[in-house]
Amino acid sequence: MDIVDILLSASFWAAAVRIASPLIFATMGELICERAGILNLGIEGIMVIGAFAGWMTVYMGFGLWSGVCVAMASGMLFGLLHGTLTVPFGLSQHVVGLGITLLATSSAYYIYRLALPAVSSPPRIVPFKPFEIPVLSQIPIFGQAIFNQTPLTYLAFGVVVITAFVLYRTPLGLALRSAGDNPAAVEAQGLSVTALRMGAVIVGSGLMAVGGAFLTMSAFDSFFFEMVNGRGWICIALVVFGAWRPGKALLGALLFAAFDALQIRLQQTELGALVPYQVFLMIPYVLSILALILMSRRAEVPAALMIPYNRGER
Amino acid sequence: MRLEPVANPSIARSLGFPAAALLLSVVVASGLVLLAGANPFATLGLILKGAVGSKFAALETLNRATPLIFTGLAVAVAFRAKLWNIGAEAQFYIGALMTVVFGTSALGLPGPQPLVVMGFAAIVGGAVMLLGPVILKTRFGVDEVVTTLLLNFIVLLFISLLLEGPLKDPMGMGWPKSPRLDPDARLPRIVTGLRLHWGFALALICAGAVWVIEKRTTLGYEIRAVGQNPRAARFAGIPVNFVLVKTALLSGGLAALAGFSEVAGLKGSLTLDLSPGFGYTGIIVAMLALLHPVGVVVSAIFVAGIFVGADSMSRAANVPTYIADILLATALLLMVFAILLTRYRIVKG
Repeated sequence: MDIVDILLSASFWAAAVRIASPLIFATMGELICERAGILNLGIEGIMVIGAFAGWMTVYMGFGLWSGVCVAMASGMLFGLLHGTLTVPFGLSQHVVGLGITLLATSSAYYIYRLALPAVSSPPRIVPFKPFEIPVLSQIPIFGQAIFNQTPLTYLAFGVVVITAFVLYRTPLGLALRSAGDNPAAVEAQGLSVTALRMGAVIVGSGLMAVGGAFLTMSAFDSFFFEMVNGRGWICIALVVFGAWRPGKALLGALLFAAFDALQIRLQQTELGALVPYQVFLMIPYVLSILALILMSRRAEVPAALMIPYNRGER
Repeated sequence: MRLEPVANPSIARSLGFPAAALLLSVVVASGLVLLAGANPFATLGLILKGAVGSKFAALETLNRATPLIFTGLAVAVAFRAKLWNIGAEAQFYIGALMTVVFGTSALGLPGPQPLVVMGFAAIVGGAVMLLGPVILKTRFGVDEVVTTLLLNFIVLLFISLLLEGPLKDPMGMGWPKSPRLDPDARLPRIVTGLRLHWGFALALICAGAVWVIEKRTTLGYEIRAVGQNPRAARFAGIPVNFVLVKTALLSGGLAALAGFSEVAGLKGSLTLDLSPGFGYTGIIVAMLALLHPVGVVVSAIFVAGIFVGADSMSRAANVPTYIADILLATALLLMVFAILLTRYRIVKG
C-alpha cells in the first residue's frame, strides 16, 4: 500500500481521530492547569488511575457513563492532593507531580491485583460503541472519519470548545489566565489565586482521568499494565506545541495522532519489512521532542508557570 | 492560611517532621494492607524479615541498593542545580549498553583494565545522553523534564531493537538478550562466596566523591548557587549554562554507572528487564535523602529493603507487591511536605 492510498482512506483518518481522543482530553486537562500556573506532572499516573477506575466500575456492573464519572472523580481526587501540596503550600511542582504519578499508578495496580488476583488474560467489558451521526457521516473521508466515532470522542471535541470558550470568553477564564500570568493582579481584584489554581488543577486532573478512561472504555475493552505508556508525557509536549491555546493544542493532537496512525500502517508495507518495528514505535516520542524544539522559541509561556504564589510577598 | 519562616529550627523540628512523615506513610500503607484482608503488623514483619531477616536477605537488599545509590546520586546532583533529570532510566540503559559492547569484544587487556574501559565508556555514554536535553534547555529553552522523560521511551525501544538485531545473543535461544560478558570483564565479588560485588563498593566511593565535590569544590558551590537562584548566580559571574552542562555530565555518568554495575557485577548480560525502574526510583531515593549524597546511601538501602522485603512478603501473604511502591510514593509526598514544615510554620490569616 502506498502512502497516498493510506492518506486518502477514511479508515486511516478515523483511526487518527480515535488515537487523538484520549490525548485531547488529557492535553486540555494539562492546558487548564498550566494556564493557571501549575505544571501537573501527575498526568501520567492520573491517566492510569482514570483508565483503571472507569474500567473497574463497568466491570463491576455499572453503566459506561457511571464509569466515566468515577474515572473523572478519581482524577479529581488526585488533583485535589496535587493542588493542596503545590498551591497553598507551594511545594515543588516537579517533585509533587512525579510523586502523584507514582502514587496513582501503584494504587491502580495494587487495587487491580487485589480485585483480580489470578487472572492471566485481562477480563473484558463491553466498551462504548461508535455512534454514527446521520448525513454528516456520509461526507467522504472527513465526515466518515469524524462522525462515526464513540460518544467519548464527540465529548473530547466538546471539551475543547468549552475550554476555549471559558478561557477566552468568560470572566472566570480571564481570572484563570491571569492567575497563570500575573497572580498579584488577580489578588488585587479581590479574587483568590489559591481557589482559582486549586480549581484548575482539580478540573484539569479530572479531564486527564477521562482521557485515561477512553483507553479502557472506548479504544480497548480491558485494563492492562503500562497501557498509558507515556501518553501523559506526550500531552505535556502537546500543550507546549499548542502554545497553551486549546485550538492549536487540538490541531497538535490530531497531527500527532495522524503520524501515529501512519506509523502503524507503514509497519505493514514493504518499508515495514525493511525497517525494525521499534523505529516506527519511536516516531511518536521523537516527534514530541521535535515539536518542543520547534515551538519553544515562539511559545508564550504563562509568565507565572511553576512559580508558587504567596500572598503578601512581593 | 499563611506560611511563616522559622528562624532557627530546633533539632526536634528538623528531625521530628521527617520521622513523622515516614511513620505516617507506614500507617497509610497499613490501611491498604487491611483492605487486602491481611494483618498490617504481620505484613510489616514479613517485609522486615524479607529485607534483613537473614544474611542472604540482607545481601540481596545491598545488591538491590547498589544501582539505586548510583541513580539516587545522579538525581540528587542534578536536582541540587534544579536540573530536572528524569531520564536516569535512559542513562542507566546506555551505561549498560556500553558495558556490554566493550565487555564482549575481547579487548585482551591485562588485569582490571577491561573493567576500567567499560566503566569509562558507560560514563561517557550516560553523560552524552543527558547532554542533549541540557543543550536543548540552555540553547532553545526546551523544558528538560519532558525531553528526558520521552528519551526513556526512545532508549528502551533502541535497546530492544539492538537486542533483536546486532546485539542478539546467538546462543540465547531466540530470547532478546545480549551475549554474556567476557570472564575478565566481570566485577568480582567483594568476599568470595557472598553474593555482593564490587559495584556496591564503587557506589559508596561515588557517594563519597559526590560529597567531596559538593562540599569542597568550586563546582559544588556553583551547582548550589545555580540551583538556588540562577539569575543571582549569573550576576555573580557564574557561567550558569556551563555549570548546568557539567552537572549533566556528572549526573548522566552516575546513572550510567548503575547500568555498568548491574551488567558487570550482577547479570552479566543486557536484557530489556534489566531495570525495574531504577531510574525513576532514584528520584524517590534522592528526595528521601534530602539530596544529600551520604543520605542517598542510607535511603537507597532503605528503599531497596522495602522492595526486596515486599517481594518476599507477597509470596507469603496475599498482599500485592505494589504496596511497596505505594508506601514509597506516599513517603515521598509526605517527606517534601515535612521538609516544608521544618522550615515554615503554618499560621492562620
